[in-house]
Amino acid sequence: MLTALFFYLFAGLAVLAGFMVIAAKNPVHAVLFLIMAFFNAAGLFLLLGAEFLALTLLIVYVGAVAVLFLFVVMMLDVDFAELKSGFLSYLPVGLLVGGILLAEMIMVAGAWILNPSLSKLERQASLDPNITNTENFGRVLYTDYVFYLEAAGILLLVAMVGAIVLTLRQREGIRRQDIATQVGRKPEQAIEVRKVETGRGI
Amino acid sequence: MEIGLSHYLSVAAILFTLGVVGIFLNRKNVIVILMSIELMLLAVNINLVAFSAFLGNLEGQIFALMILTVAAGEAAIGLAIIVTYFRNRGSIAVEDINMMKG
Repeated sequence: MLTALFFYLFAGLAVLAGFMVIAAKNPVHAVLFLIMAFFNAAGLFLLLGAEFLALTLLIVYVGAVAVLFLFVVMMLDVDFAELKSGFLSYLPVGLLVGGILLAEMIMVAGAWILNPSLSKLERQASLDPNITNTENFGRVLYTDYVFYLEAAGILLLVAMVGAIVLTLRQREGIRRQDIATQVGRKPEQAIEVRKVETGRGI
Repeated sequence: MEIGLSHYLSVAAILFTLGVVGIFLNRKNVIVILMSIELMLLAVNINLVAFSAFLGNLEGQIFALMILTVAAGEAAIGLAIIVTYFRNRGSIAVEDINMMKG
């Protein structure tokens, strides 16, 4: 009973936040509603027993992705009200496509209720009920799926390098440190010996 | 009332649909389009974790972790492209992005 209560709380708030993400006038508010949607999805994950993934979701999405969005929204000087125009003209086709998609997917989900053999599907215990979800997850991840993990690491490295390459720029007219010239400088270039005659300056 | 698999699948379906509708409604604002894509990826994650829990199989959670990775990389690259584009053109309106039309 308590599980059902929390499920409807998290699910309702997640759907509400998801709706506000696409409907909010101010993109900063949209990002904050996105954070709220992620928090509620993490709650749903907790209800499903995926504790590790729930906390990873919070760390990755709220800690990294959402803050990145927030930075970009605040840094770019864009007239978002102008971008919002035409919202209503796209509404009918958006609702049409969305409604069809939703109906189809709910039918697929509803088939699990209608089909008597599938409706008996109960929550299964994880592989070994004596250890935590995190330990179970680690055992599977680091044995059967270790190459997937390494592929994910390479993907993140490529994404990091790509993001840096895309946003790094060399501006004209600013003084930059050039370590090669600094190190390669010889004493002859650096100091100059002048003969100073007595009583006169240079 | 017992919370079954179809409840979770329905929530994921609604969130996914909201993401699709968000792409249609905010066709001019590329940042909100990226956020809608994040919403759709989140819905897929909920599906995977729900199946993982109800089938007693941890593979679904592994793949959810992979989707998390892809989503993080996609957000980083997408926002970097947006920043670079804004620096060059002074606008991020989607209808201005037509230089590759030829």
